[in-house]
Amino acid sequence: MRESWFKRARAGLITAAVLALVFSLAPNVYNNSSLLFMMMTYIVLSQGLNLLYGFTGYLPFGYVGFFGTGAYATALLVMKLHLPIGLAIAAGPIASMIVALVLGPLLRLSGAYFSIANLAASQILFIVIGNPNLQDITGGPYGVKIDEVYNPTASYAAMVVLVVVVTLIATFFRRSRFGQGLKAMADDPVSAEMSAIPVVRMRLLAWLTSAAVAGLAGALYAWNLSVFYPDAVFTLEISVFAIVFALFGGVGTVLGPIIGAGLLYALYNAIGISEPQYFQLIYGVLIVGLVMFLPEGILSLLTRRGINVF
Amino acid sequence: MSSEPILTLTNVAKSFGGLQVLSDVNFELKPGEILGLVGPNGSGKTSVINLISGVHQPEAGSIRFDGAEIQRLTPHARVKLGINRSFQVPKCFISMSVRENIEVAAHFSGHNADIPAILDDIGLTGMEATPAASLTANQQKMLDLGRALATGPKLLLVDEIGAGLNPAELTGIADLLKRIAARGISMIVVEHLMEFLNKLTSRVIVLSAGKIIFEGSLEDASHDPEVVTAFFGGAA
Ligand SMILES: Nc1ncnc2c1ncn2[C@@H]1O[C@H](COP(=O)(O)OP(=O)(O)OP(=O)(O)O)[C@@H](O)[C@H]1O
Ligand SMILES: [Mg+2]
Repeated sequence: MRESWFKRARAGLITAAVLALVFSLAPNVYNNSSLLFMMMTYIVLSQGLNLLYGFTGYLPFGYVGFFGTGAYATALLVMKLHLPIGLAIAAGPIASMIVALVLGPLLRLSGAYFSIANLAASQILFIVIGNPNLQDITGGPYGVKIDEVYNPTASYAAMVVLVVVVTLIATFFRRSRFGQGLKAMADDPVSAEMSAIPVVRMRLLAWLTSAAVAGLAGALYAWNLSVFYPDAVFTLEISVFAIVFALFGGVGTVLGPIIGAGLLYALYNAIGISEPQYFQLIYGVLIVGLVMFLPEGILSLLTRRGINVF
Repeated sequence: MSSEPILTLTNVAKSFGGLQVLSDVNFELKPGEILGLVGPNGSGKTSVINLISGVHQPEAGSIRFDGAEIQRLTPHARVKLGINRSFQVPKCFISMSVRENIEVAAHFSGHNADIPAILDDIGLTGMEATPAASLTANQQKMLDLGRALATGPKLLLVDEIGAGLNPAELTGIADLLKRIAARGISMIVVEHLMEFLNKLTSRVIVLSAGKIIFEGSLEDASHDPEVVTAFFGGAA
């Protein structure tokens, strides 16, 4: 017999509640709320990337493209059309899903071809938005400014909500038949079709969900920052961080990306900003060590001992 | 009406690049019937199964199943209509347990499968929690068959399930396939081993270089000069 819906979701509900509590209370004891905001942003991005990579095997090097699209959609709608911030934020994930739909055919590529094509697509977006000739429309290289809606408290609270939402989406992927179907497709797409799984449609759905998560994160980031240049939301570093954080914790799980992003982003702040040269060294060693000894992330230390990681 | 064919292939053709893999393939299958499909290596047997199950699309001809043309449908849509298959090289979901392999197929097909009965059929009772990755090749073949059964097929396409089995295991599989057929499931069985086919059916189709060169009883096939040439006489 299959467990009840509540029982399957329980670990996810607890995780989401703990995250909500921690990030709601943290500003009271730690006054660098922009660091906390960025940590949440990376938890969301790592988890959003995990929805695609951890469950379908498609690794989107250009994941940052969806983040930047969401950020720019929100900022430009406020700047040019003076939309209320709530509506402008809702437009972020819609814009990134439209980009994902246009890029849908990339899902026909496999492995490294997909990753590289996606990377190229994100860089094209970056170049177009940062193009000086489009300055009247996109702000070009000088970026965008929406300081009239600047609200650090509200945008922080909204990011806490997004962390909760994305944790629940990941729980659904981890514990539902839908997620099991995605796993089957990743194992063997032909056998998955012969198990009545609509492979193309489900893969597209995972892609759109993953894009929407990054788009919404970008929208909230734009609101929180309110002034930014194109490279702040399109830099490849964001993709790299999301990938490394998710892999470090362990993809295909709910906890992995949360732990990976939490730990590594904290480490990045502890040493990366004051002494970037050591940070690069430590990061390099970490990545090499990860690939060599723990290719399935730190949570695989538990999995190997037969502990079923959520 | 039980005498209406459940499957009809009419002038089916398939090529890959410049290579004509199948041409002018015509045959019928009656409900509950077992049809043997034989032929030398590379003659197109697996390709016939790929076309019926939708893994590949034919470039000419029609495939009718249960009264409707299916040659343009996706594989998963054909599964829902009642077509399934096993693979010559088993393709299990290796990150999953035995039970999950079967469950996922039952769930997505919407078929209310009797999972303990399937496990019993495929000889994996008691191994529900075993990871598919740690099964032997033969067990993986059986799991592949179990995955197909879980979708409640009316037509089952079995691709060289006997390869690599010992005589006792072969007898066991032949008995299993006969039991499955007795439930009213039609079957196309691709096999190199003639004694094995002999236990299952008397009607066979012989393929050679992508064409049907013989249709009839297994007994007659073994005396047919063209069949003998195809198998033993080098180039047909
Ligand atoms: N996807 C493909 N792309 C190109 N050629 C293919 C493909 N699939 C099959 N072929 C070719 O089609 C021909 C028939 O192959 P098929 O697998 O149907 O033969 P078979 O009768 O099942 O052989 P075997 O007994 O070895 O399993 C072979 O020449 C094979 O190389
Ligand atoms: Mg074959």
